[in-house]
Amino acid sequence: VPHHHGLPVYHGPFHARHAERLLWRAGFGPRPGEARRLARHGLRAAVKSLTHPKSHGLRGRPPRVHGAPLAPRDAWGHDHLWWLDRMVRSEAPLVERMTLVWHDWFATSVATVDTKWMLHQNQTMRRHALGSFPALLTAITRDPAMLVWLNGTENSRWEPNENYARELQELFSLGADSGYTEHDVRDMARAMTGWRNGWKDSVGYYAFRFDPGYHDTGVKRIYGHRGRYDWRSALRLVIHHPAHAGFLVDKLWSYFVPHPPPRATRRGLIRLYERSGRQIGPLVEAILLHPALHAGPAMVKPPVVYVAGLLRALHRPVDTEDWTWICEQAGQKLFEPPNVAGWDDTRWLDTATWRARWVAANTALEKTTVNPDPPKHHKPLRESPERAVQRATGHWGHPALSRATTRRLHAFAHHCAQLEDEDWKRDVYPALRQNALRMLVATSPDLHTS
Amino acid sequence: MHCRDYTRAEALRAAARAGNGLPAIEAGMPVPAGTGLTRRSVLLRGAGLALSVYGAAKLPWFEDGVAEAAAAPPGPVLVQVFLQGGIDSLTLLAPTADADYRRLRGPLALAEGAGTAATADPRLRWHPAAASLAALDRGGRVAVMPAVGYDHADQSHFVSRHFYEVGALDANARTGWLGRYLDRHGSPGNPLQGLALDYSLAPALAAARMPVATIDSPANYTLWARDVWGEVDTALQRAYPALGRAHRRGEPAVRQAADAAYQSGRLKDALKVFEVGDENGDGEPDRDPYGTPVSARYPQADDPFPDRLAALAAMLGRGLPLRCVALTAPGDYDTHADQASRLPDQIRLTFDALAAFQRDLDARGLSDRVLVHVWSEFGRRAEQNGSGTDHGAAGIGLLLGSRVRPQMLGEFPGLARLDDLGNLRATSDFRALYGALLEQWFGVDAAPIVPDAKRFARPALIR
Repeated sequence: VPHHHGLPVYHGPFHARHAERLLWRAGFGPRPGEARRLARHGLRAAVKSLTHPKSHGLRGRPPRVHGAPLAPRDAWGHDHLWWLDRMVRSEAPLVERMTLVWHDWFATSVATVDTKWMLHQNQTMRRHALGSFPALLTAITRDPAMLVWLNGTENSRWEPNENYARELQELFSLGADSGYTEHDVRDMARAMTGWRNGWKDSVGYYAFRFDPGYHDTGVKRIYGHRGRYDWRSALRLVIHHPAHAGFLVDKLWSYFVPHPPPRATRRGLIRLYERSGRQIGPLVEAILLHPALHAGPAMVKPPVVYVAGLLRALHRPVDTEDWTWICEQAGQKLFEPPNVAGWDDTRWLDTATWRARWVAANTALEKTTVNPDPPKHHKPLRESPERAVQRATGHWGHPALSRATTRRLHAFAHHCAQLEDEDWKRDVYPALRQNALRMLVATSPDLHTS
Repeated sequence: MHCRDYTRAEALRAAARAGNGLPAIEAGMPVPAGTGLTRRSVLLRGAGLALSVYGAAKLPWFEDGVAEAAAAPPGPVLVQVFLQGGIDSLTLLAPTADADYRRLRGPLALAEGAGTAATADPRLRWHPAAASLAALDRGGRVAVMPAVGYDHADQSHFVSRHFYEVGALDANARTGWLGRYLDRHGSPGNPLQGLALDYSLAPALAAARMPVATIDSPANYTLWARDVWGEVDTALQRAYPALGRAHRRGEPAVRQAADAAYQSGRLKDALKVFEVGDENGDGEPDRDPYGTPVSARYPQADDPFPDRLAALAAMLGRGLPLRCVALTAPGDYDTHADQASRLPDQIRLTFDALAAFQRDLDARGLSDRVLVHVWSEFGRRAEQNGSGTDHGAAGIGLLLGSRVRPQMLGEFPGLARLDDLGNLRATSDFRALYGALLEQWFGVDAAPIVPDAKRFARPALIR
C-alpha cells in the first residue's frame, strides 16, 4: 500500500470520474474535458497540480453586469459576485476553495461588518490559504473585520468582552468541551484586551490598532498556566493546548471527507501537522491523496460550489446579479454566513434550498436553451431519445451519472417522444425535451453530490 | 414550578396504568373546542378544505399523503419561534424591583416606571418595546418561564442551542425533539407535518424517518424551466421527483439530494393554491396570496418574519396538514455590545408580528388550534459589560395562545443569588416543558421522545 508521510494513499483506478470528484472536493468542479485530462496524469500529479498550481491567476476577462465591471465594495451583492467570479475563473481552485473553508471556519459577516473589511479579510485568508495555521490565527485575531464582528475592540481592561475569547477556543482552535473552562474564557478575554479602532461617519471603522493603555497587564490563569499574557502569548497557549491539533485535523478533514478520519489516519495527520511546523498545505495534500476521499461515500456540494461548477461547465461568466439572491436562497451568500459557526455543512439540502438550486440550473442555462420556435429558415430539431440524453449530458461536460439516473433520463426522453402525436409537436417537442433533459441532469442527485 | 396541578399527563399515565393504553384522540385536544363546531362538522370541513386545495387540478400526488393528511380532522399545531443568539431576558422582562438590578445593569437598566408590569408577577416589567407582548399578557394569552434552562448550563451558543433542539443534554443526538415526535406519530406521506418557514431546516424538526419540509415562503413555490411547457413540462414536473425517488436507497449524501427532490415535487403540488401571477409585470404579486384579514395588521418590515407568520395563518386556514412549525425571529440577539441601540427594535418587530399572528388566527377562527413557543439558547450575564452583555445561563421562554394557561412557570430567581459565574439560576427546565407539550398539547407519551422529561414534574400548560 503506497504511503505519503506515513499516511495511506489511494491506489485504485484513477479514471475521469475520480478526477471529477477530486476537482469538486478540492475546487469547483471540472471545466469540460478537464477531468479526463487530469486523470491521465495519475492521482499524485493531479493532487500536486492543485496544491502547487502553476498559476494563481484568473482565466479570461473580468465579467461585466449591466455593461459595467463588478463593484464589490459599492454595489449590493457584488461582493458575492466578485468572489463567485474568482471561483469560476481561478487557475488555483484549491487556493480559492481553502479561502472558502477559512471563511466558514472564521465565519464573519457583512451583517455587522463593512464590506471593505470583509474583502480585506478575504485577501488575508487567501494569502494564508495553504500556509501556517498559527500565522493565519494571528492574522485573524488582529483582522479588522474579526475585531468588529466579535467585539475585539469593545474588549478593554476596564470592561472585558468575552465574545472573541469564547469563539477563538470553541470554534476556531480547540472545540467545545475540550478541556478549557469558563474561567479560561474570562481570562482569555482579559489577555485579548487592548484593541481599538476609530469611527467616522464618512469612512466607517478605521485606524485599527493595539493600544497598550487599554490592555489588562495583570496576571491571568489560562489552562493552569499563570502569567501576564497578552494576545500573542495567549495565542501560543491556544496553539500548544493538547486539544488543538486534533481539533484542527478533524475539522479540516470534515471539509473534504464526510466521515471522521480512521484513528491511525487521525494520529498520522496530527503528527504531520506538528512536524511540518503547523502547516496546512501538507495536511490538505495528505487528505486529497487518502483512500477515504476517493473510495468513500459522496458529499453534498456546498451551494456556491455547485453554482460555480455549473458556470465552469458552461464556460459562462458571472454576467448577472441574479447569482447573489439565488445563492442566498440556496443557503450560501458569500460574506454572510448565518452565524459565527459558519454554515451547517450537514444540512445543505432541503425543500427550500433544493428549489433554489433548481432556479440556479435554470438561470445557468438561460443563454443556451434550445429555441422551440426557431426562425422559419431553420430546420426544427430532430434527435432520437438516446441522442437527446447524450447531448443534454454533453451540455454539462459529460459528468459521470449513475445508472439509476441514466435510466430515468432515457425513460423521460422516450416518454416525450410518445407525446409527439401531431406534426407541430414533432417540430417543437424535441427542443422542449432537450431543455428539460438539461434541467434533469443538472438537478439530479448525481450533480448535487461528488 | 406548579406541579400540584392535576395535569393531562397524570390522566394519561392513569389510563396507561389501568391497561387501557393511551387514548387515540383525547378530550381537551383543541379540535372542537372554541370553534363552535362538532367533531363531525370539523371532519367535514377538513375534507371540504382538502378538496378546495386539491380538487381544482389533477395533481400527480393527489392520492398520496398530503391530501390524505389534509382530509383528516385538523389537529393541534405547535409553532416554535427561535430568538437566535441568546436574548437578554433581563431586558425583555426586567426585574426592576430587585435590589441588585440597577447596580448590575447600569446603563442598560429600564427607567423608573418604564414598561408594563407582568400580570403573574408585577415585580417584573415588560420592556416598552414589548408592548404587544404585554397586551397579550393582559389578555390572558401568555405563560412565562422567567428563568428556563438546565443544570450546569453550557455558555456556548451552539452547544446550548443544540440541547434545546434535540431535547436532551446530548451533544451527539442527530434528530430534533419534534422530529422524533413526527417519527413516532407523523405520516410518511406528509412533508408539511414538520415545516420550517425559514431559509433552511430547523434542527428541532430533523426526523429520522418521516418527511419534513422547509420553505422560504409558500407563495409561488413553483419549479419552472425555461422553454419547457405543455405536455413536456407536465412530464418534467413528474420526472424530477421520480428521479429523486429512484435514489432513495442511495448513500446518505445522495439520499439527501434525492429526498429533497422528491419532497419538493410534493410540496409544489400542495402549495399550488398560493401561486400568484404577475400579469401586469410589475414584479409584485397581483394579489395577496394569503387573504390576510384586515384586522391582523402585520408590521411592515424588511425581515420576512411577519410575512411568514401571515403565510402560516393562511396555510392553516387552507387546511394544510401542519403540525410542528419552526421560524426564526428577526434580528440577532447576541448583544455583546451596543445592546441598548440594537435590542429594542428587534423585540418590537418580533412581538408586534406575533401579536398580529394571534389576531390573524382569531379572525380565521383558528386560535384554539395553535400554540406558540418562543425560545432562545440561553439568557445573558446579569452584569452588563459596558455596552452589552456576555453569555449567561437561564433565560426566558414564552408560550402564547388562547389555550395557554396564563401563569409564571417557575419563579423569577432573583439577582441576589446568581450562580458562581454570575448568571441567573434556572427555575424551570426545558425538558419538562417539552414533556408537558408532548403530553398535553399533542396528547402523546413523552417518554420515548424526551426521555429526560420524566426527571421533572410537568407543569399544566393548557386550559
